[in-house]
This record gives sequence, C-alpha cells and structure tokens, in this order.
Amino acid sequence: MKRISQTTLLLAGLGAIAIASGCKAGKTGQAATDEDAAKKVYVAPGKHDELYMFASGGFSGQIAAYGIPSGRLLKVIPVFSQNPENGYGYSEETKPMLNTSHGFVPWDDTHHPELSKTNGEDDGRWLFINGNNTPRIARLNLATFKTEEILELPNVAGNHASPFCTENTEYIVGNTRFSVPLDGDKDVSIGDFKKKFKGAATFIKVDKNTGRMNIAFQLIVPGFNYDLAHAGKGPSHDWIFFTCYNTEQANTLLEVNASQRDKDFIMAVNWKKAEELVAQGKGRKVPAKYAHNLYNERTHSATSAMENDVTMLDVKDYPGLIYYIPCPKSPHGVDVEPNGEYFVASGKLAAVIPVFSFKKMLGAIDQKQFEGDFDGIPVLKYNTVLEGEVQKPGLGPLHTEFDGKGYAYTSMFVSSEIVKWKVDTREIIDRIPTYYSIGHLSVPGGDSRHPYGKYVIALNKITKDRYLPTGPELTQSAQLIDITGNKMKLLLDFPTIGEPHYAQTIPAEKIEKNSVKFFKLEENDNPYAAKSEKEARVVRKGNRVDVYMTAIRSHLAPDNIEGINQGDDVYVHVTNLEQDWDVPHGFAIKGSNNSELLIMPGETATLKWAPDRTGIFPFYCTDFCSALHQEMSGYFRVSPKGSNVPLTFHLGENLAAR
Amino acid sequence: MKTGSRIAIAAAMVLLLTAYFLPLWEITLSAPQYPEGLSMDIWLNGITGNVLQINGLNHYIGMQHIDPQNFAEFKIAPYVFGLLILIGSVASVKGSRKLLIGLLALMIVFAATGFIDFYLWEYNYGHNLDPHAAIKVEGMYYQPPLVGYKQLLNFLAGSFPATGGMLIGLAGIITAATLYIEIRNGKRNEKERNDRAAGALDHRLQSKA
Repeated sequence: MKRISQTTLLLAGLGAIAIASGCKAGKTGQAATDEDAAKKVYVAPGKHDELYMFASGGFSGQIAAYGIPSGRLLKVIPVFSQNPENGYGYSEETKPMLNTSHGFVPWDDTHHPELSKTNGEDDGRWLFINGNNTPRIARLNLATFKTEEILELPNVAGNHASPFCTENTEYIVGNTRFSVPLDGDKDVSIGDFKKKFKGAATFIKVDKNTGRMNIAFQLIVPGFNYDLAHAGKGPSHDWIFFTCYNTEQANTLLEVNASQRDKDFIMAVNWKKAEELVAQGKGRKVPAKYAHNLYNERTHSATSAMENDVTMLDVKDYPGLIYYIPCPKSPHGVDVEPNGEYFVASGKLAAVIPVFSFKKMLGAIDQKQFEGDFDGIPVLKYNTVLEGEVQKPGLGPLHTEFDGKGYAYTSMFVSSEIVKWKVDTREIIDRIPTYYSIGHLSVPGGDSRHPYGKYVIALNKITKDRYLPTGPELTQSAQLIDITGNKMKLLLDFPTIGEPHYAQTIPAEKIEKNSVKFFKLEENDNPYAAKSEKEARVVRKGNRVDVYMTAIRSHLAPDNIEGINQGDDVYVHVTNLEQDWDVPHGFAIKGSNNSELLIMPGETATLKWAPDRTGIFPFYCTDFCSALHQEMSGYFRVSPKGSNVPLTFHLGENLAAR
Repeated sequence: MKTGSRIAIAAAMVLLLTAYFLPLWEITLSAPQYPEGLSMDIWLNGITGNVLQINGLNHYIGMQHIDPQNFAEFKIAPYVFGLLILIGSVASVKGSRKLLIGLLALMIVFAATGFIDFYLWEYNYGHNLDPHAAIKVEGMYYQPPLVGYKQLLNFLAGSFPATGGMLIGLAGIITAATLYIEIRNGKRNEKERNDRAAGALDHRLQSKA
C-alpha cells in the first residue's frame, strides 16, 4: 500500500516536471531575485572572491575552480582527461598520469571533489576526486592546482562511492557502483550475479605529510550498487557509511528490477576495526594489477608503476566489521551532520528522509536488535536506529549538507528544489526551486565539523531556457543561494564546464596563501632541462633526436634546426627560463600530430614529434608572452630519410644575407 | 667631549653597524602588468631582489645586464664602513674631538663619493644601450632617478633610501649635530674662560689702582 502511494507521488512529480518544462518554457525560471542580490554577488574588478568552489566537470573528466560569490570560472584543472590546451596527457612528462592497467585511457568521468581534512575541517592542502568509469582516485595539490597522483582501484567498477575521507584524511574510500566479479574471476556468466559479483569497499591510506595514497585494504562485500559514502566525525569518528541500492541484486533492466524493495541499505563500516585487523596480519594478499601514477614537482614529470597485490578482508569472516541499516528506498546520499551524531540518508525514490542516530545504532548493535542478516551480515531493525523522518520533503531527495547552525539542506532531483529543515526536529523550514533538476548541493564546509555556511550552491543537470541557446548541447549550471536568513534567497545562476556533479567550497584564505607563483629553475630536476641558453642543444642517437630548447621573452633557443630526417622521433624538451609570475610560454610545431605545450616558468615539458614528410616546419610560442611574442618562433628543416644534411642548430647568427 | 656626546657617537656607530644587516637603497619599478611591482635592494656588499626579472625586461631596450659580481664598490664598501665605525668608536671611547671631526669629514666624503658613483653608474646604465636592441625610442634614455620617481616608458621607476640607508643618514646627522654642539660648547667655555680671565685682570687692575 505504502509503495503504491510513493510510486503515485513520484509519477505525479515526473508528470509535473514534464508539463512545466514542456508547455511554458521560460516562465518557470522567472522567480524573483532579491533586489540586492546583484550587490551580494558583485566582486569589483581587481577584487578577489571570498571562496573557491571546486566543481567536478562530470563527463569532462576534469575539475573547475570558480570564485564565489561571483561565479567566475578561474581555472579548469585537467585530471582524468587529456587537455590539449596545456598539453596535459599529451606531453611526455604527463602521459604516464593517464596510464592504467588497461593502458592509456584518455578520458574519465569525475564525480566527487573531496577536500582533505584535519580535525574534520577542510585544510586546503589537497583535493581528491574519483574517476568513475575506469576506477581511479586522483589527488590534486592545491598549491599548484595540478594533479599530482592517480591511483587505480582493482576489483571495482563504477567507482562512485568515492573519494570520501575520514576526519583527518586517514583514509579515502572507493566502492563499486556496478558490482563485478573480482579481478581474479576472468570469465563469468552475467547470470551468476548473485553468486559471483561483489563490491569492494576500498580504503586508501593517505600519507599525512606527502598526501601519497596507497590501498590499505579492500573489504569484500555483497554485490550491491554502492552509491555514496560519508565518514563519521566526533563520536562516530571510527565509522564510515555507504549507501547501497539494488539490494535486489538484479543484473538487467535495473530501472525496474533494482527498484522493487521498499528498503535498501546503509552499510555502516567500522574502519578502525578493519585497520586493526589488517595490522594484526588478518586478511589475505590477493594478486591485483593496478596503476599508481605520481607527478613529481621537481622533475615536472610523472611516472606510472603497476602495483601487484591488494589486501582483502572478506567481511563475512569478521563479525562486527559491518552492519546493514534498512533505508527507504534506493538510497543515494548519506551525510553526517557536523556533530557526528546524526546521519541522514536520501532514498531517491522515497517519500521521507530518514535521520539515523549513531548512538542508537551502537545501542542496537549492542542489544543485537537484528531483523535478520544478508549473506551473514546483520541487518539492524530500522526503528531501533531511526531518530526520526523528515515528512513530505519533496520528490527525489538526493543529498544533504549542513550550515552548522542546526539546519540541513537537501536537494530534490524530481521536484527540482532545495529543502531546508531543522536537524533536531526534522521540521521543514523553507524550500526554494532550482533550475532545473538539482543533483548535489554544496554548502561551504557543509560536510565538515565547522561549516562556513552563508551560501548553498545548487548543482543542476538541466538548464533548458536559462541561458542564450547554444543548439542541442547546452551548458549545465550552478545556482548560488543565500542561506543567512530564515528564507533562502536565489542570488546568482552561472554556467559550468561539463556536468558540475558535485562541488566543495572553501574560504579563499585557506588556499591563496599557499599558491605557488612559479617553479624555481634551480630546483628543476627534469633530466632534459636546459637551464640556460648555453645548455640549449640538439643531440641525435640513432633516429631519436633530442632538442634541448629554452624559452625566454622573446626567443626560443635554438631557433634554426637542420639535419632532422623524415622518420625521426624528435623530442623537443622546452624549458621556460622565466623566473617571474605569470609568464608561461607555449610551444607548437606545424603539422605535429600532438597538442601544444604550455610551460610554466621554471618548468620543462616535452613534445614528441614524428615528422612524416620533408620540408620546413615553423614552430612558435603559443602563449602571448610579450611585445615580441610573434618573433618567438623558429624553423625545423626536415630532410629525406637517409639524407646527409648535418645536424646543426643555432640562434642569433643572422643568415638573412645568405 | 662631554659624556652625552660620547654616548651619541657610540649610538651613531651602532646605527652604522646596521648597514651590514639592512639594505641601504631601494629601486622600485611598477607598470600596468606588474601590479605587485619589482624592486632591487642595494646592500653594502651586493644587490638582491628582482634582478633577474629586471635584466629580463631591460634586454628589450638594450640595457646592460646587472651582475653584482661586476661592482668593485661592493668589495670595498664593507671595509670603508669598518673604518668609519672604528674611528667613531675610538672617538667615543677617548672623547677625542679631533677624531670626531675626522669621522664627519670621512662620512661626508664617503656619502658624496657614493652618490656620485651611483649617479655615474645610473647614467651609464641608462645611456649605454645595445645598438641592436629590439625597442629603440628616439631620444629616449633610461637613466633611473637618483632620488624620487621617473617614468621610463611603461615603468614608473622610484629610487629611495631603504631602512639601512635611513639609519646611516641618521648616524650622519647625529655625528654632525654632536660635533656642532661640542664646538659651540667649546666656544662658550672658551668665552667663559676668557671672560673669567678678563674679570680677574680687571680686579687686579682695580685693586692695583
């Protein structure tokens, strides 16, 4: 009976959306903004924004940094996708970043940026993000805004419940959204889903000084679809919560078959206990092949190594490690409030938002208040863990963040709104429409112990009539909403790159003070660096030619190179000799089947070029660096294969009269 | 010399000592694309700051590379300062007015030589340009100001004493003022002595009469 009413509600909601967007496009979006909204988002020219927002680029595979409250795009940081704009994934130095056990993968799908935390607060050191498609986790250095490390996760597919971190970034996690047989089982019938398909809750240890990641252990869990996670804090420090849907364990037409049960599960994991077990030598080392890519700031180069094994704990063998909490229906987000006592789950097909109590959970475990088990894992009784439910919140609840003042903000995908409610009474305070179909939402510090509050940012999937049309492919958007008052107020609506799947927002002061202005030339340890023009040279070894080139305003050295033959592999290593702020140089060669390079001051980058024909090939600086930028160019002469044109190179000897 | 004067000279010598730890002079450059500014600090024994960046910019207009190694001044100046401090310290300990006069004279000579040298270097640096430079502006020279500001193409160049230079200036003022007071007091004392002597003579003459 209950299920019918939920479904009816849902259908009604979907119908309403269809009518709203289909009939009167342009009218629904005209909600009044406050008259002083413009003042609140106006950041005068030359002034800096109050906050950084790091939003995932979704299917772009990248991250974008925006200034808040202006919504200005500051930078696209390449992570899992090649970026011809600056040569990431094209230069010899950065290609290894995109290496995987499947070889070079030029693209991925980024979902959840996660700021590193100390004492449960965003510390502004690193940003982690998951690659969903070919399961990986990346770590970005927020001093350089560069991707510094990418770690592949074995035994996982669809790394969606990732990369949420524990209170002091002891661990970040990954888990499978598309359960698969473990990597050892090579050829399995899809029909054997229930028997052979597993989840692998992966715990990655993060070195607290260097940020370096290593897989500490994988918990082998039943084959559900693990969707999201959040670690406890304060009293719940030792625990982490994952949502799972498809507890039906369907493997076809999931739309229907994975939506049959009234309740799926929250999986509560005692990670501290798992850590202890592993420290005691429990678990087994299982062969696994996964790439571990590291970027070194001194060599300006990445290396990719293949790891060989992973430690696994089969949770069935270790009672007390995990418990299932029933949760209505197909839970998506699970979010822990700042004090660490309540955790909120959002069943995306549910008509209520359950708020669970950590204290009650421990009590229920203590008194063995189980309604049964799943594959030997105890399932706690819903009511023994439940603190209460938010009634009639809206349709399609997905995610909740907190403002630190006792209020929670939950995104509603289907009814396209944000609902503000009071955590302790679960009473709804306010609701505000979003344009349209919000997914995640971001309150600055909203998942931390001390939220900054002030704003909530809606991250929307659909924009339709919100901006000037750009053909069938439209931008997605973010909306800035003021939450300082009792009523939420829409301030600004701005387009984003890719899909702004999720974002984390942090006060600018935590980042900007560490920002690197340029790399020191004397610290450049790239083996192909030419640290002065005297070191500029061209060296041939068989059919490999290494060009050690320097760039400084406004010339490249050497700039006339002859004696290259068709069929050679030419590696042009360009070192930017500038030691000043904001003076990058670019580098491009006519006809090169590769991208350009963008080289920061003090950095060395390498473009591999295989000339396939004879002729003269100009090269030049692509970044407008100076008044004589256009003069920053030169020529390669490519002679036929086997030609005896001697290898020569020079700069500044004027040959014009020849 | 009075005790007060001796203390004042000792203090001036301490101020001179700071020249070894603080920059003496600062040249600043700002332009639209350099909102953060560029600066060069001149020390007793060298130059620090954005020398590399300034050299990089100056090559467009053919100015010479600044290389602190090429300045004999930076090798001599620390010794000259040592000598000044030594003379001042002895003058303070012994209370010698003669040495004090010597100190001030040396200070003036040193300051004058320094400024003339600085001006001549600036002149050469701003006028002696590479004829093959990319940017040539007819009749334009790039001599930085001796003190104050000057617009050189897109850059506003400034030249001002830095902390160390100001402290040295203060030491000079203290030395000069001390000497002035000493001399004035000396004259007054002499007058008083003369007056007293004249008074005694009067007395004697009167008593004789």
